[in-house]
Amino acid sequence: MDTLSQLADGFAIALTWQNLLLALLGCFLGTVMGALPGLGPSNGVAILIPLAFTMGLGATPSLILLTSVYYGAMYGGRISSILLNIPGDEPAMMTCLDGHPMARKGMAGEALSLSGVASFVGAFLATWGLILLAPQLVKIALLFGPAEYFALFALAFMTLGGVSSTNQAKSAFAAALGLGLATIGVDTQTGVPRFTFGEVHLYDGLDFLVAIVGLFALSEVFIFLEERHGSAEADAHQLKVGRLTPPLSMLKQCTPTMLRTSLLGFIAGVLPGAGASLGSFISYSMEKRLVDKEGTFGTGDPRAVAAPEAGNNAAAGGALVPMLALGVPGSGTTAVLLAVLLSLNITPGPLLFANNPDVVWGLIAALFIANFMLLAMNIPMVGLFTRLLLIPPRILMPIVAMVSFVGIYGISGSSFDLLVMIGFGIMGWVLRKLDVPLVPIILGTLLGNAMENNLRRAITIDNGNWWTLIESPLSIALWVVAIVGFVLPLLIGRKVKAQMHERRDQEGAISD
Amino acid sequence: MSDRIFGVFGILLAIGFALSAMAIEESFLSDAVGPKAFPLIIAAILGLSSLFILLRPDEEPSWPSLGRFAEVAGAIVVMILYAEFLPVAGFVIATAVAAAYLSWRLGSSVLSALATGVGTSVGIYVVFHLILGLSLARGPFGF
Repeated sequence: MDTLSQLADGFAIALTWQNLLLALLGCFLGTVMGALPGLGPSNGVAILIPLAFTMGLGATPSLILLTSVYYGAMYGGRISSILLNIPGDEPAMMTCLDGHPMARKGMAGEALSLSGVASFVGAFLATWGLILLAPQLVKIALLFGPAEYFALFALAFMTLGGVSSTNQAKSAFAAALGLGLATIGVDTQTGVPRFTFGEVHLYDGLDFLVAIVGLFALSEVFIFLEERHGSAEADAHQLKVGRLTPPLSMLKQCTPTMLRTSLLGFIAGVLPGAGASLGSFISYSMEKRLVDKEGTFGTGDPRAVAAPEAGNNAAAGGALVPMLALGVPGSGTTAVLLAVLLSLNITPGPLLFANNPDVVWGLIAALFIANFMLLAMNIPMVGLFTRLLLIPPRILMPIVAMVSFVGIYGISGSSFDLLVMIGFGIMGWVLRKLDVPLVPIILGTLLGNAMENNLRRAITIDNGNWWTLIESPLSIALWVVAIVGFVLPLLIGRKVKAQMHERRDQEGAISD
Repeated sequence: MSDRIFGVFGILLAIGFALSAMAIEESFLSDAVGPKAFPLIIAAILGLSSLFILLRPDEEPSWPSLGRFAEVAGAIVVMILYAEFLPVAGFVIATAVAAAYLSWRLGSSVLSALATGVGTSVGIYVVFHLILGLSLARGPFGF
């Protein structure tokens, strides 16, 4: 009952005109960003963070805006998958497999509306999962001391590469690079400057927002320039949508699929390092095993459209659980959302639920509201979004670049930060060419200071004894999971990854 | 080959990082671990993973041709100039020029690139400055 009353409080917070308007704006922008190839959820949220700050929004409104963008992007990704056979963002790539064949058969409208419903079911159930699971996780997290936190951070980094990258050495490199960048600046414990090379601008450390926008948004602009596909991928004649309601029989046929894959996707989302791409991938594979008796998957089976969509939206909700309850995000976009919280001076983790219940429950209520808005937007209004697919990148990309610059300049007003951002953009471009995942870098810059502080606190408490890190059963368990999570993909991961990465191009470096 | 170069670069980066970590001046009021230990651990991971990349490289990535490379380099130069001249030229002019350049290089014709540039710049100015009240760089003409 306690949960329900807190949820009711949350609705009281979320149901103001300002917050509703922000949720609507977020849902709209999110769907657009998800639908446009080249702008994924992490990009979208990254570009909008600085704007949320400079607009002077408080903690809850900013979070409502940005998580609506996050959910919206998860919905939007399917539009270009179905109509153009190009995933709008990474998690939507599994939707291409059957969504596009369905559209070819002249059932584009059915595919779009069915996947809209599936997205809704997945996201709705996952939000309930978040409500039920996050407080339980908080209870466990309250048992954590500094040593356990250090182990938890290590776990997050070691499992992150497992699925998102094809090469464990490269994801380890990325994590170390991010952590190294986080150590730049004045040491918080002793006050000595580290790696600043006498540059005063660096004493505060690198602003992780600058790093995120540079790595994600600017590197995307460079990729487009390099490949010079400046014209829209869409042909007008391909975009015939047709009827926009799924037949009831189709819905009925897909209901068990949607329920199963929502659960599976949610679990995949909660697991560290997995994220929505894995959610949609394993949902599709499981349904193929379970219900594909006649071998219709891959030829436009409606169940095969519902499965990955329910799975990826459920995973998106699931990924919020570790981010909110433990402060350790499991995917790229939740890492970006963590950046929002940190910049607002809110420390996620168990104390968030105790100290800022208004933020948590307001956010959860907003997720419910956003879900209904998205359902409304994505079924009757889907025609509007298909039209937006016609915007060519030669117009879109300059806007993305300029809005990134405006956002960062708006925060600090310094050219130095803009130069740092360009530097990160170049770095992101080169690393993406080399297939080094970017998410561990972001996570490293975000969590580096917390990780180091926990390490030093743990050892100082125990008078300089380094063995204290593996003394409690809880921390031993975390280390074991971390090591298994790192080693297992080396042994069995190759096959799964090969399947998953078959269908992706360079956009994949930003995994979610 | 790219991965081997990348691995060598990573090892050099790790050594450089470790050396500058050693050079951190310790404060007389330090905790049991000190400011050096964590960076040294990081440097070790950085070095080890670079070594693995060096020894077991992936397939060669598809590098762009020289012309495309120059394209990216040109965009980087324009962005750096944008960052430097933003406070001097003011937001609207600098942004219009930079956006027009990017749009032109992405394949717009000169006229439509100019239109995109001016449209982007004025659009952002109206939405973010006039409506949302964000402070943007002021040029000699006040915008």
